[in-house]
Amino acid sequence: MAGIIGYGAYIPRNRIKVEEIAKVWGADAPSYKKGLMLEEKSVPSPDQDTITMAVEASKRALKRAGIDPREIGAVYVGSESHPYAVKPSGTVLAEALNATPDVHTADFEFACKAGTEAMFVALSLVQAGAVKFGLAVGADTSQGAPGDALEYSAAAGAAAFLFGKDPLVAEALETYSYTTDMPDFWRREYQYYPQHGGRFTGDPAYFKHITGAAEGIMAKAKMKPSDFNYVIFHQPNGKFPFRVGEMLGFEKKQIEPGWLVSKLGNTYSGSSPLGLTATLDISKPGDMILIVSYGSGAGSDAFIFKVTERIEEVRDLAPKTTYLLDNNKNYLEYGVYAKYRRKIRKAE
Amino acid sequence: MPTPSRYWREIPQRYRLEAGKCRNCGFICFPPRLICPQCGAREFEPTKIADGGKIITYTVIRVAPDQFVDETPYAVGIAEMDDGVKLTAQVVDCAFAELKVGMRVKIEFRKISEDGRAGVIHYGYKFVPE
Amino acid sequence: MRDVAIIGVGMTKWGELWEKSLRTIFTETALLAIEDAGVDHIDSMVVGCMSSGLFVGQEHLASLLPDYLGRNPVPAARVESACSSGGLALRQGFIEVASGMSDIVLVGGVEKMTDVTGCEATYALGTAADQEYEGYHGLTFPGLYAMIAVAHMHQHGTTREQLAMVAVKNHDNGSKNPLAQFPFKITVDGVLKSVLVADPLRILDCSPITDGAAAVILCPAGMAGKWKKPAVRITGSGQATDTIALSSRKDITWIESTHLAAQKALQMAGRKIEDIDLFEVHDCFTIAEICVTEALGIAKKGQGGRAVEEGLTALKGKFPVNPSGGLKAKGHPVGATGVAQAVEVVKQLRGEAGERQVKNARRGLTQNMGGTGGSSLVHVFEAE
Repeated sequence: MAGIIGYGAYIPRNRIKVEEIAKVWGADAPSYKKGLMLEEKSVPSPDQDTITMAVEASKRALKRAGIDPREIGAVYVGSESHPYAVKPSGTVLAEALNATPDVHTADFEFACKAGTEAMFVALSLVQAGAVKFGLAVGADTSQGAPGDALEYSAAAGAAAFLFGKDPLVAEALETYSYTTDMPDFWRREYQYYPQHGGRFTGDPAYFKHITGAAEGIMAKAKMKPSDFNYVIFHQPNGKFPFRVGEMLGFEKKQIEPGWLVSKLGNTYSGSSPLGLTATLDISKPGDMILIVSYGSGAGSDAFIFKVTERIEEVRDLAPKTTYLLDNNKNYLEYGVYAKYRRKIRKAE
Repeated sequence: MPTPSRYWREIPQRYRLEAGKCRNCGFICFPPRLICPQCGAREFEPTKIADGGKIITYTVIRVAPDQFVDETPYAVGIAEMDDGVKLTAQVVDCAFAELKVGMRVKIEFRKISEDGRAGVIHYGYKFVPE
Repeated sequence: MRDVAIIGVGMTKWGELWEKSLRTIFTETALLAIEDAGVDHIDSMVVGCMSSGLFVGQEHLASLLPDYLGRNPVPAARVESACSSGGLALRQGFIEVASGMSDIVLVGGVEKMTDVTGCEATYALGTAADQEYEGYHGLTFPGLYAMIAVAHMHQHGTTREQLAMVAVKNHDNGSKNPLAQFPFKITVDGVLKSVLVADPLRILDCSPITDGAAAVILCPAGMAGKWKKPAVRITGSGQATDTIALSSRKDITWIESTHLAAQKALQMAGRKIEDIDLFEVHDCFTIAEICVTEALGIAKKGQGGRAVEEGLTALKGKFPVNPSGGLKAKGHPVGATGVAQAVEVVKQLRGEAGERQVKNARRGLTQNMGGTGGSSLVHVFEAE
C-alpha cells in the first residue's frame, strides 16, 4: 500500500484585494466578490517563482516525512508557469533538495491540474515499486491578463507531496482520471497571457470533467459522497466548488476546510493540492478524503486518501496552510502589483 | 552577473549551503576552501550551514547595480548563523522599519537575479524573519 | 635598503573630465610631476589603476602609459588592489628604489570612471568585494559600508550626525583646494537631508565618481639634493591584507589591515602616531574615516565619531585628517587616490598647501585601503 508520507505548503505573503484591481479597471468589485466569492489573492514577490515555492513546499514535506532526500527516486513539478520554457523546474528542485543525481525528474503541464498529474505519476511509480519515494509538486505564479476576469483570481502558491509506502500519513486507496479534448482555456507559445472561452469554461468543461472524475472514482471504489469526511475540488473561484459539490451530493462542511480560494485566489496547479494540504492539516486518523482536480484542455484527476494515525505526529512539523494564508500578509497597491508581475513595459 | 558556468559551480553552496569543516580546528569554511584560514590545515569534512541565525548588521540598498534595479530598495544583512558561520544575503519579507540588529532569521530559497529576460535564472539563499 | 625621497609631484583638477581620455589625463599629470622634479629621464614606472578594463575596455596600461608619455622602452608595471591600487603603486615604486633596482621611478595612479553609466560604475566598483558571496546577493560598496556603519552605531553609539561631520570637515578643507572636484562647503543639515544611498548612508556620505590622476617622482634620498625642490622622504611603508568578504572579519567595525599596515610603517619610520602632523586617509564613505582614525590609533576604538565631533581631526585640530578634502571633496578616481594622498602630504611638508596648510608640518602619514579593508597601504613621510 502506498500513499502520502509527507506534505508541505507554501504561500507568498503578498496580497491584493479585489477592490484594488477593480478600481483601476472600472469594474464592479461587489459583483466579483459576491458573484465569484473572491476577496483577495496571493501575489508572488519578484524573487519568487514556481521553482522557489516548490523548493520551500518540498522542504516542508520532507520535514513531515522524515526521510533522507537522497532516497527520493522521482521529482515531478506540475505548473503552467514554469520559469523556463526549456529547462526543467524539477532539476533545480531536485538539486536544492539534495536528491540528485540518482533521481528521475520531469516537468508536467496540464493547465491547473499539472500538480495532480505529478502526484498521479509519483504515486504510481511508488505503487509499482519502481521508486522508493516520489515527490510531486503543484506550483504556479500564473497571470491573468490585465482587466480580464482572470486577473481577480490568478494567484501564486505551491503544495508538495512525498509518496512512499512507509511511513504513511495518508494511504492512497484509489485513483481515477477523466480526460477529453476541450479548448476551454489555453495559451499559445510566445503569448504572455492565456485566453479562455468565457462561459464555455463552466458546464461543459469544469463541471463535466469534475463530475465525470468524481462519479468515476466513487464507482470504482464503491463509495458515495457521505462516505467521505472531506472533499476538495479545483477552485477557480469561490462558487464553482460548492456548486459542483452540490451537484454531486456533497455537503458544504465537507468542502469548507479545503476551500481557500476566497482569500488565496486560484493557485492553478496548486489549487486542489493546497486544498488537500489544508484538509490534511485538520484531519484525524481514519478520515476519508476525496480530491478532484481540474485542468483545462481538459481533464480531472481524482484520488481517495485515508488518513493514518501518523497525521497526529507530523501535522505540526511544518507551518499549516491556513497559517500561511492568514498571517504576515502584505497588501499591495495595483501599481506595485503590476510592477511585481511585470505587467509594466520597461525600456528594452 | 555570473556566467552559466560560474553560477553552476557554486550551486552546492547557493542551493544547499554546503560548507567545509576543518578536521584540525573545526573552523567552518563557507564556501569550502583548500586551506583553513584559521589553522592552515588542508583536510575538511563536508557539512551544511545551520538554517537559522541572528542579524548582526544590515542596510537597505537604494542605489543598485543593473540587475537589481527593479528590486530597489531591498534590504541586505550579515547574519551569524547558529553554528557561528557569518553569511551575507538579502533580507526579505520584512518591513524595513522592523530590521534590527539581533533579530532572528532563517534561510529561504529565492530567486537572486536573472541574466535578462532570456538568460539563466540565478537562485540562492535569502534571509526571512524567523 | 636605500632611503627613498619624493622629488616631484603632479596632479590636475579632478572631476567629470568629459573631454579627456584616460591616457590624456595620465600623461598631463605625469608631465607635471616630471617638471616639478626637474628630472630629464625616468628609469621605470609603476601605475595604480583599479579597473581600466571595466571602465574603458583598456588593459595593458603597462604599455599604453609609457607609450603616451613618450617614454618607451621604459619598463612599467600596472598594479591593482582595488581602491588601494595607488598606495600599492607607491609601495612598489618605493621598493624598486630602496632595493637599488631603479633610481628614478615615476609612481602614478589614474582612473577614468565617467565613460560608463552609474550602474556600470557601481558594478565595476563592486568587483572589489566578494563577487560570489557579496556581489551575487546585490551588495554594493555603499551597502557594505552602510552595514559597517549600522554595526558601529549599534556597538559604539556613533551617531548619524557624527558621520555627517566627517563630510562637513572634509568639504571645509576641500573648499581650500583648487584641484578638488567639489571645492565648496556643506552643512550637517545638508548631509542629513541628502538622498539615501544605503541606509543610513546618504549621497553626501559617499565619495563621488571622478576622473583624475596623480603622480610622484621617487629617487634615492642620497641623490635628492640634485633637484629643484626640497625633498620629502618616505620613511615608512606598510601593507597588510584581510579577508575579502566583510562577513569573514572578526570584528566588522574594526579595520585590522589598516591597524597592522600602520604599525609596520610607523615601526619602519621609528615613529609613534603622536609624532605625525597630518594624515591623508581613505574616506570612501564617512564611516570609513571614523573607523580608520580608530585603526590608526588617533582615536580609541569605538571613539572615532566623538573624535570628529570634538574637532580632534579638524585642520587646526591635534590630528588633522584629510587636509586636502579627502576622497569626499577632492574626489576618488579609484586608482589615483593613493598617489594623490602622497601628493598632498608632500605639498604640506614643503609648505606649499596654501590656505589649507597645516602649521609646522614635518611628518605626514597616508592610509589607502581597498574594498571594505581587504587591503591597506600606509606610508610615513618626513620633511628633510
